[in-house]
Amino acid sequence: MAKVLMKGNEAIAEAALRAGAEGYFCYPITPQTEVAEYLSKRMPEVGGMFLQGESELAVANMLFGAASTGKRVFTTSSSPGISLMQEAISYMAGAELPVVIINIMRGGPGLGGILPAQSDYFQAVKGGGHGDYRTLVLAPSTVQEAVDLTMLCFYLAQKYRNPVMMIGDGMIGQMMEAVEFPESYEEPPLPPPDEWAATGAKGRKARIIKSLFLDPVSLENNVLILEKKYQQMIREEVRCESYKISAKNKVLIVAYGTTARICQTVIDELEADGVSVGLFRPISLYPFPEKEILKEATRKNIKSVLTIEMSMAQMMEDVERAIQGRRPVHFYGRTGGIVPTPEEVKEQVLKVLSVKRRSTKKKS
Amino acid sequence: MMHQYEVTFAGFGGQGIMTAGQLLAYAGIEEDKQVAWIPSYGPEMRGGTAYCTVVISDIPIGSPIISNPQCACVFNRPSFDKFTPLVKAGGLAIVNSSLIDVTTDRTDIDEILVPANEIAMKAGNAKAANVAVLGAFIGATGIVSFDTIKRVIKEKMARKKSVLEINYHALDEGRKLALKTLGKKARG
Repeated sequence: MAKVLMKGNEAIAEAALRAGAEGYFCYPITPQTEVAEYLSKRMPEVGGMFLQGESELAVANMLFGAASTGKRVFTTSSSPGISLMQEAISYMAGAELPVVIINIMRGGPGLGGILPAQSDYFQAVKGGGHGDYRTLVLAPSTVQEAVDLTMLCFYLAQKYRNPVMMIGDGMIGQMMEAVEFPESYEEPPLPPPDEWAATGAKGRKARIIKSLFLDPVSLENNVLILEKKYQQMIREEVRCESYKISAKNKVLIVAYGTTARICQTVIDELEADGVSVGLFRPISLYPFPEKEILKEATRKNIKSVLTIEMSMAQMMEDVERAIQGRRPVHFYGRTGGIVPTPEEVKEQVLKVLSVKRRSTKKKS
Repeated sequence: MMHQYEVTFAGFGGQGIMTAGQLLAYAGIEEDKQVAWIPSYGPEMRGGTAYCTVVISDIPIGSPIISNPQCACVFNRPSFDKFTPLVKAGGLAIVNSSLIDVTTDRTDIDEILVPANEIAMKAGNAKAANVAVLGAFIGATGIVSFDTIKRVIKEKMARKKSVLEINYHALDEGRKLALKTLGKKARG
């Protein structure tokens, strides 16, 4: 198929349809409302269901119900809306339901602002709801990658019967880039939903889809079943990419999403000035590419690591954990809807280069 | 030739700022270039300020944040004040002189004055002012070809013949003005 110019939000909507999404539940919020606008037209065209709920709470619980029937369902929202959905996300993880949740992040906390941010990292990666559960989290850095990862989210949700999140900052949602959709959508075989879903119990034993286990032995057992899936995710779903990593690098930058692109520009400009810096870009935030970062960061030539975020040292905690104190980890970030410019990131890289291995944690 | 070119379009909401940028981005795709169209988004209304930046590149585009574009196409005075000082040295400002009665005092950039509203009105529709500026931009920079942008205008914006002709006319007037200002020979 030819390349088309699409806004991130619209591209995500189209990608979801092509990955077989049958139901979409939403409540409008900037900067992702174009997803809902697009699907309000397209969903009925493909015979799917579009439903704007009365609130994010309602939407999340509609997802719970619809996912229980084995249908491919999803929602999109932005930070405050995603916060409202956390209770149901915890329930869906407990009940082992495949849903896709896309968060086009804006600045917080609270109602915050409407401009791009990455400050929902903890919420997405550490589990915003209660209980021992995880959501698989992917983060795109281009509109094309938003398309590819949206489609992958639907497969992974089914594969693990677990909520899967994609988090993009507002820039990914609002920006237009050229995208190409695959001619046809293919995915590896999955167990048919009629083995577990509530599809009508006529002629078979009833299935109960729930997250309530009052007997502690049963509840622990359920948590251990979930834990087994998370261990499988750690083995099979780590995704990452590197940019200009070489034996000449003195500093390794770690960044994801839009921030990673800004770092690429910085790396190109520094390269032209004779300064060699590499970038490590996590694509899966849970599971976090711990081994991969450790390997790149502990190369002999790397003196220190610099984490760049549109949040206040959230991902940095995972980077530090991965590196296990073996290299100093520095941090630079902007937040509240401010996207760092290449110029200011460049300045931080030069600053780190001139620091002679001192502190292990230096916040700017 | 260039690796990457960045241009900001800025003006009032309703002046076709976003559309001008999108047409250029489409033309970039048609010519197999990498493109990114980055809007200003915020709580805005009709008549409020609007701007977008288009990046056209031979290589994958890194930062979508462009602090200093090579060119600013400004459609009103607030945009002139905000964006002409940001243009990279050696760059270009295209100024809608129908609404902006000042010129830049910078000596390190080229400036093209385009009476875009008048051109559009003469062509037959005031809404074509954005296309007049786009014509001047492409005429001055050659970032994409006129054949391509004409095809894009036809496919994406003006399917009706009468509307198409108005836009082609505005595009051409902008182009001629740019070439005259920069002392270039008119092409094709």
